[in-house]
Amino acid sequence: MADAKELKQVLTGPIINNNPIALQILGVCSALAVTSKLETALVMTLALTAVTAFSNLFISLIRNHIPSSVRIIVQMTIIASLVIVVDQILQAYAYGISKQLSVFVGLIITNCIVMGRAEAYAMKTPPLMSFMDGIGNGLGYGAILLSVGFIRELFGNGSLFGIEILRKISEGGWYQPNGLLLLPPSAFFLIGTLIWILRTYKPEQVEA
Amino acid sequence: MASNKDSFGRTLFIVVGLCLICSIFVSGAAVMLKPTQAENKLLDKQKYILQAANLVNLKAAPLSKSQIQDTYGKYIQAKVIDLKSGEFVDSIDGNTFDQEKAARDLKSSFVPENDIASVRRVANHAVVYLVHDDQGAVKTVILPIKGYGLWSTMFAFLALDPDMNTIQNLIYYDFTGSGETPGLGGEVQNPKWIAKWEGKKLFDEQGNLAITVTKNPAVASTQYGVDALSGATLTSKGVQHSLTFWLGEEGFASFIEKARNGGLS
Repeated sequence: MADAKELKQVLTGPIINNNPIALQILGVCSALAVTSKLETALVMTLALTAVTAFSNLFISLIRNHIPSSVRIIVQMTIIASLVIVVDQILQAYAYGISKQLSVFVGLIITNCIVMGRAEAYAMKTPPLMSFMDGIGNGLGYGAILLSVGFIRELFGNGSLFGIEILRKISEGGWYQPNGLLLLPPSAFFLIGTLIWILRTYKPEQVEA
Repeated sequence: MASNKDSFGRTLFIVVGLCLICSIFVSGAAVMLKPTQAENKLLDKQKYILQAANLVNLKAAPLSKSQIQDTYGKYIQAKVIDLKSGEFVDSIDGNTFDQEKAARDLKSSFVPENDIASVRRVANHAVVYLVHDDQGAVKTVILPIKGYGLWSTMFAFLALDPDMNTIQNLIYYDFTGSGETPGLGGEVQNPKWIAKWEGKKLFDEQGNLAITVTKNPAVASTQYGVDALSGATLTSKGVQHSLTFWLGEEGFASFIEKARNGGLS
């Protein structure tokens, strides 16, 4: 396997070096909406990773047959089908979570990460690499979602994955939760801070 | 090669073929997963009925499937009533009766004259849930109500004491489409707002419907008033209209009358 190194690069690169949210600033809207709890953030990550990976795979498989005049529509058809299937699976096996994620699973269709990777990568790369690229980008998205979700749930609600960590005053403890963190705008501040930290650490990511 | 790939016939072939494959894929998944989804939906509804009956605390540990089914089976009895007469109809099974489906059927439904809750059609029959205590006596009556809010039709369970006047709970459990605005109208599901309904009375001494969702703090502090949701005037109005409609003549009025005169046992 001469390309093992490249494979690793494709898989892990999007987590820090080429993060879809932090560097490419894609898919921010859903990152604001589903990160108030770790559980929803995790399920959203899995859903998006599955969709990106498989849409990349299928688009890459037929990339030499896709007529360029209708390529975006073809990509959308594949992505939309996958999203509907993911939504159906969630409704069948994780009904409570699918109710909380509600419209955001459907909105994966328009998530810029999925479209962006399909158009920029899968259209000109063989299937295996495309599939890995999808997983890598899903993980990059997940890394940001989970770190934001971690901070928001811990300091906003005193819990992690619904398990109480900091006992709240309202329940007889000492911790006064920060209500702002439960509201979507707080994710803006957190993502902004993460990008700031990342770009201080890796100055080559700073845009001129 | 390029011209070949982009020719009209080829484009059409690829697009039609892809759509066919995708549609088979999507419909296959939908059909195969349907039974599990229906089961989930029923379970979710039962969970909310238990919540309305104060039999579970959803904020504590989440319930397993068997816990919900066991508690539901032990305490809850779903019975079908005839809306006009208020009598129980024992020939229809309350567990399988689909009120929404019946409301869409012209033969088994009617158009209300004063449709303030925008329900359009009402089924001739309705399900009510009787909650028994351990001795078998009815301790709560749950009436399903629905009505239009701002964006969606909102479905709720209204839990009453056997006097058919004192409210125990008003639990919103489902919305059509994407529901009311989160943080504003969506607050109908906020436990703090739900808690405001407990102990309020529906009817005044003369037997007239008195419950009001109001912005006036003087009214909201009486036993007939509930503080409206801030920033959600239309959703609050929807709640009021749903209550007014379903407790009125075209709703559960005759059943409430019967139940008050000992018709529950």
